[in-house]
Amino acid sequence: MSTMTDPPSESFRLSQLINDTRYRSYTFQFIALIALVALIAFLGANLISNLAAAGLNISYEFLGEPAGYDINQRLIEYNSQSSHWRAAVVGVLNTLLVAVVGCFLATVIGVAVGVLRLSNNWLIRKIMAVYVEIFRNVPVLIWILIIMAVFIAILPQPRDFRGEDAEASMLLGSFAFTGRGFYFPKPVMGPGSGIVVAVFLASIAGIFYLRSYAKKALFDRGQMIPTLWPSVGLFFVPVILAFFVMGQPITLEYPELKGFNFKGGIFARNSLIALTFALAIYTAAFIAENVRAGILAVSKGQTEAAASLGLRPGRIMNLVVLPQALRVIIPPLISQYLNLTKNSSLAIAVGYMDLTGTLGGITLNQTGRAIECVLLLMLFYLTISLSISAIMNVYNNAVKLKER
Amino acid sequence: MSDKQQSVAFFRETMLPEQAPPATQRGIVKWLRENLFSGPINSIMTLIAIYFIYKIVSGAWPWFMNGVWTTSSLAECREVLQGSTGACFSVLTERWNQLLFGFKYPEDQYWRLLLAMVLLLVAVAPVLFAKVFPRKMLIFTGLYPFIAFWLIWGGTILTPIVALLGFVVGYLAFKKFEHQSFAMGMLAFVVGAAVTWIIGGYLTEAMSGFIALQEIPSRDLGGFVLNIILGTVCVSLSLPIGILLALGRQSSMPIIKWICVVFIEFIRGVPLITLLFVANVVLAYFLPPGTNFDLVLRVIIMITMFSSAYIAEVIRGGLAALPRGQYEAADSLGLDYAQATRLIIMPQALKISIPGIVNVAVGLFKDTTLVSVISMFDLVGMIRGPILASTEWNGVYWELWGFAVLLFFVVCYGISQYSQWLERQLATDHR
Repeated sequence: MSTMTDPPSESFRLSQLINDTRYRSYTFQFIALIALVALIAFLGANLISNLAAAGLNISYEFLGEPAGYDINQRLIEYNSQSSHWRAAVVGVLNTLLVAVVGCFLATVIGVAVGVLRLSNNWLIRKIMAVYVEIFRNVPVLIWILIIMAVFIAILPQPRDFRGEDAEASMLLGSFAFTGRGFYFPKPVMGPGSGIVVAVFLASIAGIFYLRSYAKKALFDRGQMIPTLWPSVGLFFVPVILAFFVMGQPITLEYPELKGFNFKGGIFARNSLIALTFALAIYTAAFIAENVRAGILAVSKGQTEAAASLGLRPGRIMNLVVLPQALRVIIPPLISQYLNLTKNSSLAIAVGYMDLTGTLGGITLNQTGRAIECVLLLMLFYLTISLSISAIMNVYNNAVKLKER
Repeated sequence: MSDKQQSVAFFRETMLPEQAPPATQRGIVKWLRENLFSGPINSIMTLIAIYFIYKIVSGAWPWFMNGVWTTSSLAECREVLQGSTGACFSVLTERWNQLLFGFKYPEDQYWRLLLAMVLLLVAVAPVLFAKVFPRKMLIFTGLYPFIAFWLIWGGTILTPIVALLGFVVGYLAFKKFEHQSFAMGMLAFVVGAAVTWIIGGYLTEAMSGFIALQEIPSRDLGGFVLNIILGTVCVSLSLPIGILLALGRQSSMPIIKWICVVFIEFIRGVPLITLLFVANVVLAYFLPPGTNFDLVLRVIIMITMFSSAYIAEVIRGGLAALPRGQYEAADSLGLDYAQATRLIIMPQALKISIPGIVNVAVGLFKDTTLVSVISMFDLVGMIRGPILASTEWNGVYWELWGFAVLLFFVVCYGISQYSQWLERQLATDHR
């Protein structure tokens, strides 16, 4: 008779918490959790006692109080009696303005330089390489300050535009580039201008529809529909027609010299221009490298295969090389956009009132609400970068090579 | 055969001598035709580029050559130049010490900073060029942080010695308990080091005059040296932290993983300048009442956090690029997690991530100029503040900014060229 014995009962020993891989991870996580809670408790206790000692508290009521300072570059109505909250919103819009214009400029310059770096012209190639290396290897803060100094030093002052034989003159009588800032003509929307804008938007939608229809026709039936000239026509003709049919409702308000300064038109301060331009050419150097890497990443065999199928060079670029290069280029491109947006916080160095200048600068100094201001500041940038990386993830999944 | 010979009037029995290619197909002409004038568009671009270069050179050359190096103010310099174009490089010679060392560091102590910078080169050389310099020099590299601390901040030599002893004792304790498990070893390290530091703390307080250099508060640091100190300290501190964060993010333990993910994403989502604001105005609220961290230390903490998050992401890329077989091979050899990571995974992952790490390091070094925004006087802070605001040199932009550009370019370009060289050295795959 064999006796049935129980399997050796596993008595739990304390040393298993360290030595047994089944339990060890729980031990470590427990320790980590305890340490985290202890750290937060420690910081929180310090915060409370420090605030109590300074007679402060955490409150966001200061956002409703009048700011009491002026902002000289703004997209929405604001005066010194507006609230701190309003000032922060002005700052947010200013940040976004620099970010959007800067990203656009940086893309244009960066793509051009990246393509020219692969040019078969030796001199152009070298010049572009020098540009990229110089801008990549020097801090962006220095570039911002240099370009600001150059703007003020080189461009004429508004008073130079005065008199019969003025030292400076306006470009086309409507653009004035001064050391104080740039003046542009400002469109004034008369009655009926809404229709012109609507026609313009509709024609842009039409262009997109035409292109997708042409692509579908090409892929489904092999039918080639010309898109270039119809697109150009669609872009200009309807809006110009609408403009004259409605009786020219949109007029331009030109900047005019009054006394020692220009009046009217759109005024972009030197700090805005210098900051945008500096960020754009700094980031463009990085984008150029991404573009170059992306184009080089498409193997030569792809081009040759396309050529052996009988495609013309333009089609090879559009249908074979670019779609593959873009897959490589776009993710780092977007992270460069993100860097540019974050670097725009350096506006404070040239006195441009972006969010860091209003909420993190004057509001913080006036109210002394350091914790609240810095927290809001971080939250804003965090929101932007997290939402952009969410978009990037969606894009990456969309263009991922479909593999089995 | 003979028939043919008669039928053919003549045929050549020797080869013709090689003829030179036509003039347009050789030498410099060929190169020019191929590289500069291969088509109408290319020719136009070349001409534009040549004109562009000519404009820059013809503008900058007299400015540079007429440079004045010895005057003591802008007004004097303009007098010397008498209206002709010329640079006032004398701002560099006159304010040389301020540009490099800041304006508060006592002048008779400059030798300490200089010595620390020279020794930095000696300490870094064996790390950068492992094949050229003997391995024994790495001992000096290990000692360098303590020597540099003593040289730069001064005080008694006992402080760095006790700090070093703490690490030594900790290491010995680690060795003694390592055979039990890696975790026990680390615990022993922490205990050993802490005990030594606490005991040593009393000792240094009692003997604060022992071989002491003049103590210099860190707010007196400035100039380009401050950039170098911040850059070196923060990069070297953020490497180990970044490795830990990357491992944590790859970990299978959810709590640890999420702590790391939140930390990394938070830091990467905000600009460095907001973190510097935290160091400047917020961090003090979170420290125990009465503690008085100085600004440089707070800035070092924040910049280290910043760069370790970026380095963690780079190293995570390296970890992800390793084939799964490497992890499985390490497991099948019976190595535990710590051994496998130390011996198999990390050496390969770090090698893959070298270019990324260097990128982060260069970016970080450039970002150290941001401290000028929170009124610290690094190179940019010195130029914007004391020098351009002074009555003697108000208005000298090109010379000063050109100097700053040159310094940063030399350092950053050098580092990136080094990393490319290193990549080629470490390439073990066959191509």
